[in-house]
Amino acid sequence: MKLHEYQAKQVFADAGIPTPASELASDVDGAVAAAEEIGYPVAIKAQVQVGGRGKAGGIKLVEDEDEAREAADEILGMDLKGYHVDRVLVEEAVDFTNELYVGITMDRGEGKPVAMVSTKGGVNIEEVAEEDPDAIAREHIDPAFGMHPYQARKAVYDAGVDQSIARDVSSVLTTLYQLWDDRDGSDAEINPLMVTSDDEVIAADAVMNIDEDALFRQPELAEMEEEAAGGDELEQKADEYDFDYVRLDGNVGIIGNGAGLVMTTLDLVDHYGGEPANFLDVGGGAKAERIANALDMVFSDDNVDSVVFNIFGGITRGDEVARGINEALEQFDEIPKPVVVRLAGTNWEEGMEILNEDLVTVEQTLEDAVQRAVEYAGEVNE
Amino acid sequence: MSVLVDDDTRVVVQGITGGEGKFHAKQMMEYGTNVVAGAVPGKGGQEVEGVPVYDTVHEAVEEENADTSVIFVPPAFAGDAVFESLDADLDLAVAITEGIPTQDMARVNKRLTETDTRLIGPNCPGLITPGEAKLGILPGNIFAEGNVGLVSRSGTLTYQVVDSLTNRGIGQTTAIGIGGDPIIGTDFVDALELFEDDPDTDAIVMCGEIGGEDEEEAAAFIDDYVDTPVAGFIAGRTAPPGKRMGHAGAIVSGSGTGTAESKISALNDAGVPVGDTPEEVADHIEEFLA
Repeated sequence: MKLHEYQAKQVFADAGIPTPASELASDVDGAVAAAEEIGYPVAIKAQVQVGGRGKAGGIKLVEDEDEAREAADEILGMDLKGYHVDRVLVEEAVDFTNELYVGITMDRGEGKPVAMVSTKGGVNIEEVAEEDPDAIAREHIDPAFGMHPYQARKAVYDAGVDQSIARDVSSVLTTLYQLWDDRDGSDAEINPLMVTSDDEVIAADAVMNIDEDALFRQPELAEMEEEAAGGDELEQKADEYDFDYVRLDGNVGIIGNGAGLVMTTLDLVDHYGGEPANFLDVGGGAKAERIANALDMVFSDDNVDSVVFNIFGGITRGDEVARGINEALEQFDEIPKPVVVRLAGTNWEEGMEILNEDLVTVEQTLEDAVQRAVEYAGEVNE
Repeated sequence: MSVLVDDDTRVVVQGITGGEGKFHAKQMMEYGTNVVAGAVPGKGGQEVEGVPVYDTVHEAVEEENADTSVIFVPPAFAGDAVFESLDADLDLAVAITEGIPTQDMARVNKRLTETDTRLIGPNCPGLITPGEAKLGILPGNIFAEGNVGLVSRSGTLTYQVVDSLTNRGIGQTTAIGIGGDPIIGTDFVDALELFEDDPDTDAIVMCGEIGGEDEEEAAAFIDDYVDTPVAGFIAGRTAPPGKRMGHAGAIVSGSGTGTAESKISALNDAGVPVGDTPEEVADHIEEFLA
């Protein structure tokens, strides 16, 4: 789960990381009023969950009321890489002399948190990592002990941060780690961490991703998630149903259990000349209702011309799956799109007995099921 | 023969009184697994499916000589349950639970380095030695005794590939689902080492997926140390990139590894053929064994 910039900044500020004065606005008058209160120049920043907002016209620096009105009017309501902008953050424009990068993430290879510092902030840090990996200092943290103060200093000195601000940057890094640890962060980043002419540091952007699996113990952040929800209609529906779902460009709807098997099904659709419309993993141990919800999801995608259901039960049971499929399809007078079902594994025989074969096409193997679904999707398009 | 689990393995099921714990304890016993105890705090003294339940894993070890745990504990408490298994000095702990917070697993991972217990998982289907014992949720009926070792990051993909093998009369020594979480106990390299050292494993299947660099590391290990022929499969060639890997993940490694292409080419370079479909993986294994 990714916090919006304004939410992450609030969390950072509450923890004591310096952030510019800012205010959230959802209409033009509100944005102008906020700008007047903060004092010009201000930046007006679209609050959507996409990278490269600046280049896409979602961030504008303004000097006076007219410019503020014009910029707010332009940004509010715009479509930014597929996301509708309904809120802007109006923020004090910081006069800076230098830009740094600081971040904490989990290094999955090491199985440990890692703190990162670079003097090459303010730019695409992924490109820096690729082209000049040594420009980023990395310090692994023992998760049982947390970050020792010397480790923060070491990362800062290794990165070549100027002596005059080293202490403040170390302090920001230490606070960021504490936050990351306390709030079950997966990534916490400040890019850029601006350095002012008075040698003060200030977080001009804020990224905070939270481990979804830990939201149960982060009630405050879970509330922010409700607020942060967005994206297109289908993605919102997937959130509601709590599915791992990704919409793709093709027309063969895919439902399966387990990320690896669902990905394999996508690959096979591609292999047999079809195009996957989505990735939908119902997860482990799905009950009938969840299966029905999955079908509802895929049916609501207008691009879908056929559906392949691939279930290989382990913890998921074939009888539950069959019940869900029946439940979802029996409500239609006419099935909206052909559904191909392949059931294997735990309780598949019970499932096959329950499954209403008037409503679906049954195939015994993954290959046959995928080929049949690709065929159906092709027929629709002929 | 087998690695890690056989019919001498003495299993304690953590969370045996829960729905999944109970269902799968029964399935494991029906398969022939020697389930000797359950462990659930506050439920000591009960019996589930004829198996005595204890309040702690330590008691299960003292009273029933349990040496292996299978963990069906809800995610909020599962990290703690793994710690308990490590503290009880078991040989093997298998964590089935999906959705354990990553930071909890980082602490478990640290503790693992200080103990002799081996962890499989979490978020995995477990492991099985066909005809002897299964630990976890794998559907036992699709497996067959034989000479192919299998290691996979994905549970259901394991079943799919095993199904292809078994249908051709190719059985397995042991199949291990290591789980796809960012932080896991036993990884590809560990499993490959076990199979390489097992005299009865004549070929190995390794099923990976996009994300992380475990497959690339495994490829390097195969190149250096593994003489047993290995066939691979990588799921997610058509999946949209960057789904699971966060922004900062790429910065750590300093490169765009983790794609299907990088994994497939690393494996190919190590002499490992990678099938386009599960059936093609089985084709390769068939050729190895011919």
